[in-house]
This record gives sequence, C-alpha cells and structure tokens, in this order.
Amino acid sequence: MTAIPHAADRPGPAQRTEALESLLLERGLIDPKVIDGLINRYVNDVGPMNGAKVVAKAWSDPEYKARLMEDGTKAIGEFGFAGPQGEFIRVVENSASVHNVVVCTLCSCYPWPVLGLPPAWYKDPAYRARIVREPRTVLAEMGLTLSPKTEVKVWDSSSEVRYFVLPERPAGTAQMTEEELAAIVTRDAMVGVGVVHA
Amino acid sequence: MPEAAVGSHEDNLPAELDLDGPSSPPRSNGALVFEEPWESRAFGLAMSLSNAGTFEWEDFRAELIRAVATWEAAHPDHEGYRYYERWLEALQAVLMSKGVVTAAEADTRARAFADRPAGHDHRHDDHDHQHH
Repeated sequence: MTAIPHAADRPGPAQRTEALESLLLERGLIDPKVIDGLINRYVNDVGPMNGAKVVAKAWSDPEYKARLMEDGTKAIGEFGFAGPQGEFIRVVENSASVHNVVVCTLCSCYPWPVLGLPPAWYKDPAYRARIVREPRTVLAEMGLTLSPKTEVKVWDSSSEVRYFVLPERPAGTAQMTEEELAAIVTRDAMVGVGVVHA
Repeated sequence: MPEAAVGSHEDNLPAELDLDGPSSPPRSNGALVFEEPWESRAFGLAMSLSNAGTFEWEDFRAELIRAVATWEAAHPDHEGYRYYERWLEALQAVLMSKGVVTAAEADTRARAFADRPAGHDHRHDDHDHQHH
C-alpha cells in the first residue's frame, strides 16, 4: 500500500486499541453496541450521585445506616446500585475525631456502583504513594486541613474490599430532606479527600 | 470545593475543550471520566470481555497491577503517567495469556491502522470525538 504520510508513525494507544477491537470483533468475542452501552452507562448513569443518595439515606434513617455499616454491598444494593467492583464494599464512617480516606496503592480499585469511575488524581502515582506516607499534607494540598486532634485512617482498597467513606453530616442540615442532602454530598467527601459543607 | 489535584498533577484537560457548555465532554463531579475516545473503548473492551467470560476480572486486574508497577519502576519521577495506557497493556497481556490474540497480529493490525493516510485514523461511527 502507499502509506507515505504516516508511514513513520509508531502505532499509538488509539491504534492499538482499535487493533484489538477489530481482531476481537472478527473472532465474534465482542459486540460494539454492547461496548457503546457499557461506556454510556459509566459515563452518564453511574457516578457519585449514586453514592450521594446512599449517604443521604444513611444520615436520615438510622436503621438504614446500621445496615450500611453491617454490609455495605447489600445496603447499597437496596438502591439497585450493583455491579463490577461493588462486590465487597465496606463503609467507613467519619466523625469529629476520625477522618477516613481511601486509596488503591496497587492500581485503582474504586467502588464503581456508588462513585462511577475514578478521577485522574485517584489513579495518579503521586496520590497513591503519598496519601499513605503523608496523608495530612496531601489532604491539605487538596484543600482539606484537618485538626491535629483528628485521627486520620488511610484505607487501601484491594480486590477483596473497596472502601467507601460515609462523611460527617454537616451542622445546620437538620431540616433538609434526603433529596436536599444528596445534592450537597460530593465525590471527594466519599473518597475522604473532602468533607461535606452545608 | 474546586476540583482537587495532588501537587502539580492536575487533571490533564485539553485547553481547547468547552468544559462547561452543552458540548462539554463527559465528567462526573468535575473530572473527565475519559480524556480520549480510545480510553473509553479500552475500558469497554475489558468490561465486555470479562462479562462474557473471555477472562476473569481478577486476571485482568493482576495484569493491571503488573503494568502499573513496571511503568512506575521504569519512571521513578512518574512524569507522563497515563493510566489507560497501562490499562491497554494489561488488556493486551491478558488476551495474550489466554491465547485470544497474539502479540504479532495485534502489532501488525495496529501498524496497518497507524499507516492509514491522515484523516482516516479514526472510526466513522465514533461519536466520542472532541474535535471542534
């Protein structure tokens, strides 16, 4: 073939991905429409809004909170939130004296059903290494300065367990409905690199 | 709270993208889920193949851990880290270990795609483009 314009190019990740997809398609191992659907689902439907609903219910309903702390995956499943990377979700609760923060030091395990796919910084080598060594410093760089009296617990997610932070309910929210509460819960708070503000 | 970043490692948002308007790319709580269309394809391929039983998710994850660790060992300053490139390596590795795709055929096919004339290096049915 006469491929002068790009003949010197090394295949990049886009071409390597496309090559795998075309080979797999020829073998009948994939359906591009199914892949489109999966991508659409994780881009548009599964995200931190799911986790925010779980947190708002836990704040509003003590019995639900008890179930959530007992078996995260099961209680989250009550909303219909389930799927890959959600098989073993353990919920850790923030309080005035304890702040929990989540990492996956080995790769990027993350509770997809409640938070969607992880943001870039969660996958970054710097976050994964430093949050374990110097959590207070990293959290301060991310905008969260904790009292020296607050104990910081860093949870390393793995294939066995994915951690999910139940943030502390902010003061001044006693009159808010579950829906209103869900609207103020952020992804960062559920990973533990932020807190919820009223 | 504004989109958080660790140290100097900002989310790599291409400057020309319309981040807030109706054509803004997919985000969740302020962060792009995928920076480039091929990343979403690589993600979808791994999910779909695991769902279909071509490989176990744990096998893929083991390859991903290996790919990340290998890259980090070779780049002590961690400059230029691209998570989905490691993801793609892991996908390729697990497909090879299962004998689904060989390295040679993947390489040959990728070169053929790279050698296409300019303007033909993307799929016609790809709606994820962020070109303006």
